[in-house]
Amino acid sequence: MTKSHSTLSALTLTAAASLLLAACSGGAGASGSASGSSSGSAAAGGVTCASGSITAVGSTALQPLIEQAAKQYQDACSGATVNVQGGGSGTGLSQVLSGGANIGNSDIFAEEKLKPADATQLVDHKVVKQGWVMVVNPSVTGVTNLTKDQATQIWTGKITNWKDVGGSDAPIVLVIRPESSGTRATFKKLILGGATEASGKALTEDSNGAVTKAVESTPGATSIIGFAYFQQNKQSLTGLQLDGVEATVKNMADGSYKLAAFGHMYTKGQPSGVAKAFLDYMLSDPIQKTLVPKLFYAPVQPGS
Amino acid sequence: MSTSTLTAASRLLGRPRFLDRLDLPRRLVTAAAGSMVLIVTLMLGFVAWNGIQIFLTPGSNAGSVFSTAWQPLANPASFGLLPFVTGTLAVTMLAVAISTPLSVGLALFLAEVAPVWARAVVQPALEIFVGIPSVVYGWLGITILVPWLRENFSGVGFTVGFSWLAGSLVLTVMILPTITSIAYDAFRAVPGDLRAASLALGTTRWQTIRHVLLPASAAGVLTAVILGMTRAAGEALAVQMVIGNRPTMPTGLTQPLSTLTSQITLDMGNTVAGEPWNQALWTMSLVLLLIAVGFVLLVRWLNGRRQTF
Repeated sequence: MTKSHSTLSALTLTAAASLLLAACSGGAGASGSASGSSSGSAAAGGVTCASGSITAVGSTALQPLIEQAAKQYQDACSGATVNVQGGGSGTGLSQVLSGGANIGNSDIFAEEKLKPADATQLVDHKVVKQGWVMVVNPSVTGVTNLTKDQATQIWTGKITNWKDVGGSDAPIVLVIRPESSGTRATFKKLILGGATEASGKALTEDSNGAVTKAVESTPGATSIIGFAYFQQNKQSLTGLQLDGVEATVKNMADGSYKLAAFGHMYTKGQPSGVAKAFLDYMLSDPIQKTLVPKLFYAPVQPGS
Repeated sequence: MSTSTLTAASRLLGRPRFLDRLDLPRRLVTAAAGSMVLIVTLMLGFVAWNGIQIFLTPGSNAGSVFSTAWQPLANPASFGLLPFVTGTLAVTMLAVAISTPLSVGLALFLAEVAPVWARAVVQPALEIFVGIPSVVYGWLGITILVPWLRENFSGVGFTVGFSWLAGSLVLTVMILPTITSIAYDAFRAVPGDLRAASLALGTTRWQTIRHVLLPASAAGVLTAVILGMTRAAGEALAVQMVIGNRPTMPTGLTQPLSTLTSQITLDMGNTVAGEPWNQALWTMSLVLLLIAVGFVLLVRWLNGRRQTF
């Protein structure tokens, strides 16, 4: 009885697991032929074409850029299919590690998320720089700039009223991301110097959209949102300078604006086939010089 | 019956074709039932297996699951689930407490009081209610309810509006049609003879409702309430949008809190499979599933006790 029961449950689990795996990796089934058959080498726009199908999964912050790039790449190379999916940086890293995706998109370094033994299996491709903007509800007046130190005091709960940083007399309402968020990890590292946020006194929202909605509708609210999202919501949010530097593509590219970090595309081992061709394309001029600034990201190399 | 109809009938009945002998319809419905049971079993098994992983992983600090501290990045990490379990129960129970009198009253109105034309209006309205996607409820909640609470009741503590009460109010509206329609069925199931006998004794309509109808349908009404509770406990999106998702123990009606579903959706995409943090999310799913299974068992037990006439 016991034996047959355990056999049954083992079967159950195996079947469930394979079902789920099949569902997850559905798009990544046929990976690009490793032979790297570069059928149309160096086509018109400097695009190297390879044929096959790959999947890039992960960061929702990078997703708009990679989706657009994938579309352009597929237009140039008819034999290639690049599926782009969201799911979050953690999903991207674990999927590329497990082989469920060919490329894992992440806002943060794999070393910050994965065990060291796992992280070393992945190869980092820095494809872009992305920035975030500190935003406040427009009801707060008199604040246009925060220093790193002021931001830290606000986010750790030491400053709780806007009048203490030169603004109007209004309580500060913090809107933060969940602890697992890549945005929160980046902000914590770059601005807070690792200090712990006052999460017990804050609202938590998980996406740029939800954060934007919460800040624009709550008087005194402040948060950080992706630079591209800020550009679309300039009317309803006030963006702040950081240490006197304004968030612009130029300032992010040359490093003078500090709240910016690399967007990563990870592969397991060195890429080949379509994955390699597409990653090369991500660093090519049509992407770095045209698409990247158009979508309010900054190029990887300041000069490019 | 015309001759041609008879011929057609005899053609159908008289010559069993190969397909008929296979009896496909019976096999199809059996397969449908079987696959449903299989899928439920697989899902329960899969969630349970993942839900216990944190207890099987050395160094995952699994004991912290029973604490109130949710600090996945602290050293050592702490994965206290109590804030979320409490939050789920708090939001659910308050919603059910508000929704039950409204729904049962509405069901009574439909079953006992409403003229035919009123029933013809209210019933489709309820069905539309059920069909509204939860994101719409959440969107209305964050656009209308949350600012309304903040602007009118900041004096009593609704400083941001995102709160336990906001979550419960959104759920109240969401589960209202569920409870109403099932309670309505329970009232209609009470035989007319009982009503007639009661009224023949000279009771008023209210006395009949109070002393005959409600006792006779009590188990059915409780079933309705519990199914409403199940829907409330499992709702993620609409609640997440209005409760503020503060991962601490609930501190009051006016304050933000977090639920099992909201925390799972917040962290799901950003944790890596196999790490204790991700395992803790699976444990939350398991707890949620157990809550749902508990509710279902309660319903079945109540139905077993239901009086038959």
